[in-house]
Formats: sequence, C-alpha cells, structure tokens
Amino acid sequence: MTAIGKDLVGLEHLSPEQIRLILDTAEPFKEVSERPIKKVPALRGKTIVNLFFEASTRTRISFEFAEKRLSADTVNVAVSGSSVSKGETLVDTARNLEAMRIDMVVIRHGSSGAAQFLGSRIRSNVINAGDGKHEHPTQGLLDLLTIRDRHGRIEGLKVCLVGDILHSRVARSNLWGLTKLGAEVGVCGPRTLLPRGIEELGVQVFDRIEQAIEWADVLNVLRLQLERMEKGFIPSLREYYRVFGVTEERLAQARRDITVMHPGPMNRGVEIDSRVADGPHSVILDQVTNGVAIRMAVLYLLAGGKPELADAAKRGAAGGGAE
Amino acid sequence: MTRPLLLRGGRVIDPSRGIDEVADLLVQDGKIAGLGRGLGAPDGGEVRDVTGLVVAPGLVDVHVHFREPGNEDEETVATGARAAVTGGYTAVCAMPNTDPVTDNQAAVGFIVRQSVRAGLARVYPIGAVSVGQRGEKLAEFGEMVGAGAVAVSDDGRPVASGHLMRTALEYARTFDIPVADHCEEPTLFTGGVMHEGLVSSRLGLKGIPAAAEEIMVARDLLLAELTGGHVHLCHMSTRGSVAFIRRAKERNVRVTAEVTPHHLTLTDHACEGYDTNAKMNPPLREAADVAALRQALVEGVIDCIATDHAPHAYDEKDAAFDDAPFGVVGLETGFGVAHTELVEGGVLSLPDLIHRMSTAPARAFHLPGGGLRIGAVADVCVLDVRTPWTVDAAAFHSKSRNSPFGGRRLTGAARMTLVAGRLVHDVPAPGARGA
Amino acid sequence: MTPHNDRSILLDARAFARALQRMAVEITELAPAAEHLVLIGIQRRGVELAERLAQLIEKNGGPSVRRGALDITLYRDDLETVGPKPVIGETRIPGDLSGSHVVIVDDVLYTGRTVRAALDELADFGRPRRISLCVLVDRGGRELPIAADVVGKAVKTGPRDRVDVGVKELDGKDEVTVVRGGPA
Repeated sequence: MTAIGKDLVGLEHLSPEQIRLILDTAEPFKEVSERPIKKVPALRGKTIVNLFFEASTRTRISFEFAEKRLSADTVNVAVSGSSVSKGETLVDTARNLEAMRIDMVVIRHGSSGAAQFLGSRIRSNVINAGDGKHEHPTQGLLDLLTIRDRHGRIEGLKVCLVGDILHSRVARSNLWGLTKLGAEVGVCGPRTLLPRGIEELGVQVFDRIEQAIEWADVLNVLRLQLERMEKGFIPSLREYYRVFGVTEERLAQARRDITVMHPGPMNRGVEIDSRVADGPHSVILDQVTNGVAIRMAVLYLLAGGKPELADAAKRGAAGGGAE
Repeated sequence: MTRPLLLRGGRVIDPSRGIDEVADLLVQDGKIAGLGRGLGAPDGGEVRDVTGLVVAPGLVDVHVHFREPGNEDEETVATGARAAVTGGYTAVCAMPNTDPVTDNQAAVGFIVRQSVRAGLARVYPIGAVSVGQRGEKLAEFGEMVGAGAVAVSDDGRPVASGHLMRTALEYARTFDIPVADHCEEPTLFTGGVMHEGLVSSRLGLKGIPAAAEEIMVARDLLLAELTGGHVHLCHMSTRGSVAFIRRAKERNVRVTAEVTPHHLTLTDHACEGYDTNAKMNPPLREAADVAALRQALVEGVIDCIATDHAPHAYDEKDAAFDDAPFGVVGLETGFGVAHTELVEGGVLSLPDLIHRMSTAPARAFHLPGGGLRIGAVADVCVLDVRTPWTVDAAAFHSKSRNSPFGGRRLTGAARMTLVAGRLVHDVPAPGARGA
Repeated sequence: MTPHNDRSILLDARAFARALQRMAVEITELAPAAEHLVLIGIQRRGVELAERLAQLIEKNGGPSVRRGALDITLYRDDLETVGPKPVIGETRIPGDLSGSHVVIVDDVLYTGRTVRAALDELADFGRPRRISLCVLVDRGGRELPIAADVVGKAVKTGPRDRVDVGVKELDGKDEVTVVRGGPA
C-alpha cells in the first residue's frame, strides 16, 4: 500500500497531507518535461491501460504523455457504450484486465462510482480519469497546483467555481481539494445547475457572476454543455453568456491579481470570452502543463513504494549511508 | 389429510381479537380447532412444545415480485413461496409486472395454479391496471378477479394518467378490490437512481426528489375521494406522503398504505460506497423520513408492512450504480428486521407489529387469514423472538441474493409455518435450513 | 542501538577540510582545462560538497567552475523498495553538457548503484566528453564495476556497518563517523 493507497478514486477521502504529497511530488516532474530527453526510467516495464468509455482527447493524451515520460508501456482502449449494456462491459473488462496482469488502469466512464467499482475488483492500481458526475481527481489536483504556483498558497484563498456545478465532476474534485487545503469555496451559476445541499458543504452561493468576481481571488470557469439547454436547465446559450459569461468588461471589476482557470475544452463566447482566455489573468495553459506533471506524480506514487520490500532490503543488505 | 397438530405453551398473539397470552393452539383439518390452556393432545396427532416462542397468525405480504413468467432465473412462484414460508409468511400478493404482463384471466389463472402446485405460501395474483401495464387501456378487472386476482396494480410503474387512475378506481368498486399505485411523477423521476439530497450530490448520482412521490400521493388521494374507490399506496417513503395520508384518513378517504422494512430502517447513507444493494425504487431517504414512517405505522396512518420483495440476478446487480436494476429481496429478512428495529427499538409492541404484518394487510386486501379464531383457516407462524441470528444471503431460499441486510445481526425469525394446517417450514433454530 | 555498536570518528572537522583541499587539487590535476569542468553533486550532500569543491578550485586560481545537482531517485534500480514516501529532490543541470568534463561528486561510494543511476540520468542530458567520479569516502563493498577517480578517505566496512556523513550546511558540522554493527 503506497502513501496514497492502492487507487486514486477521488479527493474526497484523501487527507490534506496526502494531497500535499502529490503536489510536492509533481514539482520535480515539471523539470523532466523541460529536458531535451523527456523520459525517466522510473516506471520502466510497467503496463498501463488507458480505458476510456467516454471520448476524451485531452485527458487521454495528457495521461499518455505522463505514462510514456515515465517509460511505461501504454495501451489505449476506447470502448463504445452503445452496443452492449454498460454494466456488463465494465465487469467483463475488469476480469479481462485482471487476467492479463495489467499493472495500472486509467479509467474514464460515464457512471459515477465506476472507478471504485473497478478498483475493488482488480489488483491493478486504478486511476479515475473521470467517473460520471462524481470526481476527476487529477484535474482537481492540477488545479490546486496551478493555484499554488500562482498565489504561493491555497489556505485562505477565495476560489469560485462558475457554471454547471450539478453535472461537473471537476467541480466536486475541486471542492474537496480546496476545502481540505483551507481555501474558501464559492459557486456561481443558475440555480437549476447547483446540486442540492451545496451550502451544507460550507460553500458560498453567488447568484450573479458580478458578485462572484468581486469576491474571488480565483475563478475556475466550467464548461457548459449544449445538452443542458436541450434538457431545459437553461433557456439558451446566449442568455447564459449574457448573464453568467466571464467577459473582459466584468473582469475589470475584479482584483488586480485575479486568476482565471478553465479545465477545457472551452466554449469561447459561452462561458468565457476569448480575450479573457487568452489574456493576462488566464493560467489555462499552465493547467495543461501541470496536468502532465500531476499525472506523472500520481502514477509514480501509486507504482512505487512497497514498505515490506523496503524492510526486507534493509534487513538483508546494506546498513546506512549512500551506496 | 394432514395430522392434527397441537402447539403447546407458546405465547399466542391474535391481534384480530386482542389476544396475547400463553396458551395451547390446536390445528385440525386445516383449521384452528382450539385455543386455551391445558388442551389435550389430539388423537393420532403431533404435539410440539413451543414454550418461549410466539404463535401468531401467518404473516401476509401484499407486495412481492415473483418473476414468473419471464425471468424464472431470478425467482419462480415456487421458490418465492418457499422464501415466503421461511420468513413466516403464509400469504403473499404477487405483482403483475411479469413478462408477459399478468393482465388477463389466463395469466392470472397460471399464477394460481403454480401456487397450488408449490403447496407452500398462498400466492394471490394481482392483475394489471392497464393492458401490458402501458397505461393506456384498462385491463379486464372482472375476468381477472374471476380467475383469482385480489387487486390491480401497474406497480413497477405509476398510473401516470389521472384519467386512467380515476377510471380504474371507479371500475374497481364493482369488484370491491383495491387499486394499488406505485406513486411517482414520471418527469420528475427520469434518470434518477437514489434520493435527491446531500448524499446524491456528494456521490454525483442523479436524485429522485421526495416531491416525485408526494405529488402522486396527493393526486391518488383526491381521486379516491372523488370516486369513493379504494386506493392502496405502495411502499411509502417520505414524510410528506405520510402527512397527506393522515389528513385523507381524517376525511375518511378509502386509503390503505404500506411501508417496507428497509424504508423503516435505512437512509440514503446506505448508498455511500455505491452499494447497489441499497438501490431501490422508491429510494432510501433521510432520517426524518424514517422517523415519520415509523410514527405513521404506530398511529395506523400506514396500515401494514410489505417487503416489495424484488429479486434480481447477481450479475445484474454487480454493475455500476447507474446501471444496476432497482430492488431488493425481503421475504426472508422482513420479520427479523421489523422486529429488531421496531420492537427491540421500542417503537412498536410485538402484538402491534404482528397486527401490521398479518391482520392489517389481510384486511386491506380482503384476504382470509390474519387471525386465529376457532374455525378460521390454519395459517399460522411460530416465531422465535429471542435467539439472535446473522443474515447470510447465500443461504436464502429465494433464487436471488440482493439484500441490503447481509451480515446484519437480527432477532426475530420463523421457526415453523403452517398453511392450511400443513407444516411447510420447520427449523430448529433461526436461519437453519430445515424441512 | 545494540550493545555491540562501536562508533568512531573517521574525519573530524579539520581532517574533513584538509581532505576537501586535497580533493580540489586532484580534480584540477584530472582536468587541466578547467573551463570545460562541470561539478555535479548527487542529492543531497553531494550537492553541498560539489559547491565547496568548486569554490576551492576557483580560490586556487582557476576560472569559474560550473556546478549542478542531480537527483537520481527516478533512475534507481530498486524503485519498488524505496518506501512509502519517495521524496524527489531538485535536478539542476547547467546548460548543455556536450563536450564538457563532468565530475560527479558524492559523499559516500559503496555498492556503486547510485553512480550507475547518475550515469544513466546524465546520458539523458547530453554527451559529456568525459565523466569522472569524486567521493569523500570510499567504504568498499562494490556490487558493480565502478571506481572513483578522486577519494577523500578510504575505509573498509562490512554490510552491518554504517558511514554517517555530516556537512555544515545541512547537519551543523563537518564530520564523518563509522558505526560498526558488529556480530549479532
């Protein structure tokens, strides 16, 4: 069992110390991505499967880079959920992976709880790359790292999540990570897109984006999906932009050092203006860079460190000092 | 012809006549033949010493799902009837959401014949309200009742159309049967998998708000009042529903209502960890709802306990929470859970519990049973309310294992069950496999 | 601590300083063209030693010497036994190493596996013209065919012994002690 457990399923049940360990471990991995040869042998010989039941280019590529830069062997599996009932496929897939002795699985699935479902059935380490509406822990972690890099700390910062919180696993992971590291969390969006009981989690609710911008040190702007309009949660994308859009004009009322984040991919002109996304407040590209480093750190921490082997090595071999 | 049987020295509880005393019970020719102290042993009969045990009218469950025809791998009338007598039930009512739907006299007659063949608990068919349970056309109530149906229901689904529900209530008056409704407003339910609340927000699962049930409860009560028909409200789960029923009963609306042992015991926290054995419809709700349901049972606002026994194959439940089917089994844990939580929990007395699990449900559906008067049919259960036992789903007589109570320590189990005087369940200790 | 433990000072502060002086001279002899010299210390104490050696070389009249730091955690061949909290230190390589003479600096040379990892890692940064090894203490017990070019002090030790190196910057004082494990 490693310092963060067998699987990374979410941030809700990690301790603040464990979260900090991942962030601290990610720092040296940023340096690896700056080298001419962007590879270290740390996970050489490990087999990692990227099991994506939902289409995703950016997250999958980010994980793939992280895995290859650690010298692991990676296999990408894209599963379409249409032909077979989703439940069947997941159980059979788990059994097949177990039978092939895969070391680690990165899974993205449309059902909340899918990562935990898989992790409890196979010995391989399981990393949640997004399960339904439940959590997207590596995104939460890279968001924390980006905020920490920019502001030097998390504690006491005011971070507001903007948009469709109800359907967002990124929002939930951010919520857990930020509160555990001592930030103040706010949410802003139409009431139809806020989950029940959100106030009971210690979160401030802002009905208008202007209030949120005035309050926040950091805005994490979430993607609004087209189908929310089709299912009647909001009347139109145009109205959403007019009422909740993060625009340059609105940001003019913000603190000088307000940071704007977005997990991507962006709907320019819906939840966020191009000029904001490309402007001086935006750290969106840093998020992408940090994403690879965070994922390398997570893979590294999960793959290594079996204390019983360490003890055996100590007993059988050298005394102290370097070798 | 079965031998006469004397049950000696048990605590005899007959809620239909307010009897609760240590006495002997004599069963002969399939009927209750005697009740009193010091009864003589019958000629050619058997004597069983039931000192320390409770002798009660057989339990009656007005809401079970036996998956025959269509899904016999999950349960059949025979295996369901076996599970029933193991739990102390002598009669159950089987919902019609089979495949094909039980919506005509031939299908109803089939269930009756399967029940007779099994020769265990009496399985009374409930016919569909609408043909195919599609919610469009009324099914033939008269023919179904003639073949043995005791009620009508589209359970599994609500009767969504107000017009159809009204018509059904009016038409059912002719045959004096209840219309049992699964109360759920379909557009508020879509895609939901658990109670809408803080827990569903944390787990990222789509919620079903309490209002989805309460809206239809209010509608059904108003329609029952309008038509003078008898509406039976299935598996109540919210405090709002309880409040509506209470006011309707004050106005003498003809309503009966049931609640499941799991809704009296568990809350939505049971879904944490994505355990699909906590996924059922209506979902487990909040502590305040559990408290209100218990209080309603005490007052009689809710008439009876029914398990909504819903077997599912293990591989169907072994899935991500979103994809698993709704439902849990309950016949073999029903009395144990209710006794442990309500009687030992100080909410109900034992006679009141037996009233709610035997006399009241029989009365609600006009079924024989629920009492031990002389000459009544000898549907009897002998209950052990002292010896603790641990629920082991692998040992169930039901074909299915999907129970939220696996591993739980309970007190309350049936040691013997008699149907028409025949001993169809007989174990030396709770949970043991016996005759 | 078992009653058989036997602790002795191998180098006190003065001997430590004298050893470093001598090592700086030997490095200069190894690499007469000092402008191509790069001292790279292995985390952690090797980094402090590399810094001190570089300063000594510059004080002795040489041109400024490039220094760097290398953390070999990701190149270890025993990654799985590192333990539950593998802490990775900073790796800082000054510019392109191609054509330079790299001197790896570490505090203790024992099995040789750390140096092997360092060589692998350096290869990912370019192709030095030459790589030498400089250590403060060589305690014997090699498991790989690796030898140091510059050694501060050699001492014979067994598998149950420990060599503890303290440097002023991290541990408060310069000192090398040997703790003998002795028979069980």
